[in-house]
Amino acid sequence: MTSSHPSDAQAVSASSSARDAALHDVGATKPVLANPLTEKDETVRSPDLETREYRLQARDVCVFYGEKQALFDVSLDVPEKAVTSLIGPSGCGKTTFLRCINRMNDTIEGCRVTGKITLDGEDIYDPSLDVVELRSRVGMVFQKPNPFPKSIYENVAYGPRIHGLARSRTEMDEIVEASLKRAGLWSEVKDRLRESGTGLSGGQQQRLCIARAIAVSPEVILMDEPCSALDPIATAVIEELIDELRAHYTIIIVTHSMQQAARVSQKTAFFHLGKLIEEGPTEVIMQTPRHKKTQDYITGRIG
Amino acid sequence: MTSFIVAALLLILLGLSYSQGYLGGRALAATGVRLHSRPRYHGILVAIWCLLPAILVLGAWALLGPGLMRAFVMSYLPPDVQELGPHQLNAAIRRVEAIASGYGVAGAMEPWETAAGVALRRMREFAFLVVIASAAGLGILGLLFARRRISPRLRARNSVEWLIRLLLLACSVVAVMTTLGIVVSLFNEAIQFFTFVHPFDFFFGTVWNPGFSTTGTAAIGQYGLLPLLWGTVMVAGIAMLVAVPIGLFTAIYLSQYASGRLRAVAKPVIEVLAGIPTIVYGFFALVTVGPYLSRVGSVLGIGINATSALTAGLVMGIMIIPFVSSLSDDIMRQVPRSLRDGSLGLGATPSETIRRVLLPAALPGIVGALLLAVSRAIGETMIVVLAAGNSPVLRFNPAEPVSTITVTIVNQLTGDSDFSGPQSLVAFALGLTLFMITLVLNMVALYIVRRFREQYE
Ligand SMILES: Nc1ncnc2c1ncn2[C@@H]1O[C@H](COP(=O)(O)OP(=O)(O)OP(=O)(O)O)[C@@H](O)[C@H]1O
Ligand SMILES: [Mg+2]
Repeated sequence: MTSSHPSDAQAVSASSSARDAALHDVGATKPVLANPLTEKDETVRSPDLETREYRLQARDVCVFYGEKQALFDVSLDVPEKAVTSLIGPSGCGKTTFLRCINRMNDTIEGCRVTGKITLDGEDIYDPSLDVVELRSRVGMVFQKPNPFPKSIYENVAYGPRIHGLARSRTEMDEIVEASLKRAGLWSEVKDRLRESGTGLSGGQQQRLCIARAIAVSPEVILMDEPCSALDPIATAVIEELIDELRAHYTIIIVTHSMQQAARVSQKTAFFHLGKLIEEGPTEVIMQTPRHKKTQDYITGRIG
Repeated sequence: MTSFIVAALLLILLGLSYSQGYLGGRALAATGVRLHSRPRYHGILVAIWCLLPAILVLGAWALLGPGLMRAFVMSYLPPDVQELGPHQLNAAIRRVEAIASGYGVAGAMEPWETAAGVALRRMREFAFLVVIASAAGLGILGLLFARRRISPRLRARNSVEWLIRLLLLACSVVAVMTTLGIVVSLFNEAIQFFTFVHPFDFFFGTVWNPGFSTTGTAAIGQYGLLPLLWGTVMVAGIAMLVAVPIGLFTAIYLSQYASGRLRAVAKPVIEVLAGIPTIVYGFFALVTVGPYLSRVGSVLGIGINATSALTAGLVMGIMIIPFVSSLSDDIMRQVPRSLRDGSLGLGATPSETIRRVLLPAALPGIVGALLLAVSRAIGETMIVVLAAGNSPVLRFNPAEPVSTITVTIVNQLTGDSDFSGPQSLVAFALGLTLFMITLVLNMVALYIVRRFREQYE
């Protein structure tokens, strides 16, 4: 999968390399234009376009499944009120990294996380931290749709009910309706809210899970390939939703589609074999990647 | 010896026919034509064609042989013996058979007995040869016939598939027929019992006092089911009160909280509870738990009998803990991990996740496990024999001795060999009642499962 049309890419890359050069002239350490592709070992970082608040910071995160190491020294800053996309070939550790952020890896026996991840400056692996509260602040949409074997209504109402977000039935109805609408599912299910969520099609289930996650209004939303089972129209609805959520929330999305990463995200991180290879503003990663592996991946040569 | 020969014959036929079919199929394939079925299937089909007739012949002999042999022996019996009653006639025939088998018999042998024995032995040998020969002959015929049929277009695979289906069907028919047979025979005997005692007196009677068969038919006693039924319900109920919470919570702990290593140790240890012979539990109840309970009772100022519904129920509850815990644990672990993750990911605590997602999803299976435990409790005999006090009196205090249906069945069938009196026949009526109870429990459980099922994939 290539990022965009070849001629397109060249045109944009010309302008952004100029900007890149300007940036690096200030530092004046490396002649970037002369040798744009590196294969160096540590992560290649491009400075972010605007300086945003970093809501979430990961430092030297390593993850082990038993003896096997799945992530190697990943350090990543996730900007607030923006979308960060994680890309990379299958099995490179995107899901693993995502699950570190709301400590879902705790539920996997034999999984060990080292390093430091902070949310608003607070270490989320601190023993005194309440994991349950963390997870209510950091919501997650899983790679595989996993609706509960309950009615569609109950699926969406599950989170708000647990956290006591609705004081009355009508309030709950409103939350459910609003969440389903934002996930683009309302029109399809409004007449069958009492039917089982598992009776929906794969794509509908995925949107149901998105509705379920946003129903508790988390501050950070982790989405693991939320559009993998969706048609272009439903994908557009979800991308619109992500765009809209961006105004208030911090979003991290895993995607296998370069176009989607380019469309929805402001920052992109490229993983390969458990290592964070390159990260930076999406346009930079897409158009002037500086690491050879990144370029190979976004032009479809690996992955 | 004979069974060895039969087995050898069948094995030889199997090997021969399969290889014939297989080789036939392969030879055809080697000529380059495309076969509908792989040679393997041709082999199996030929083997079936060969073994089926052979097995039918042997089966027919197994069914009809004894009758034929009996008729043969009868023809050798002198007329005065033939006119004896069925008991003595059977004994005479058995003597002849023993002589024929070469086991020898007690007492002196009459000349006609020896003659009949020798003749029977010859007849047996002859018949065996005939049967083996005809089985082998028919088998070979079947083999030749099936071997000739092999052709590229022969749908051997479909035929084999069809036969396998037939075989599976036959097996399930056996299971169903056995159940039906048991029910029918229970019914028959129970109906006989009801010619002595009116069903109303049985099902609604509150006094159990069957008397003894030796006291004569004049005093047939009283057969009120209610004291026994109540005893059964009370003991099983107490057992479930112990087993359900402990078992279910154990299962939840093991499946959701315990580490893999702890689980690997704890689960087998708990399962040992189910492996302890029930007589040992009964012993334990009688010697340890009962006296302990009665001491506790006297300290608290309430009279607790050492042998009582409470003692039996408590110990039985311990016995069925693993039925509940082990099965529920397996069932809860089968709930997909992703459901648990989904709930935890929304900020639910582990116990909220268990209550709201895991238990509902696992409910049908858990109900099944509980049902199994209840049937086990209702059918349990040994513990109750020893620890419940065997007192078939309608009492509502669990600290008093009771008796149950199973214990009474044991009492009525032991020490009393006359199976035609109401004292013994009542056992069948009781058995039928037990059967009905489990049937109703099953139906209730099915209803619950259907009503509350939450589908997951
Ligand atoms: N529960 C687990 N136990 C052991 N190894 C695991 C587990 N989950 C993931 N891994 C391993 O960790 C590595 C990273 O997996 P991860 O699921 O993070 O990949 P991914 O980037 O999300 O891939 P995909 O795009 O296919 O979803 C893989 O090699 C995988 O085999
Ligand atoms: Mg993944």
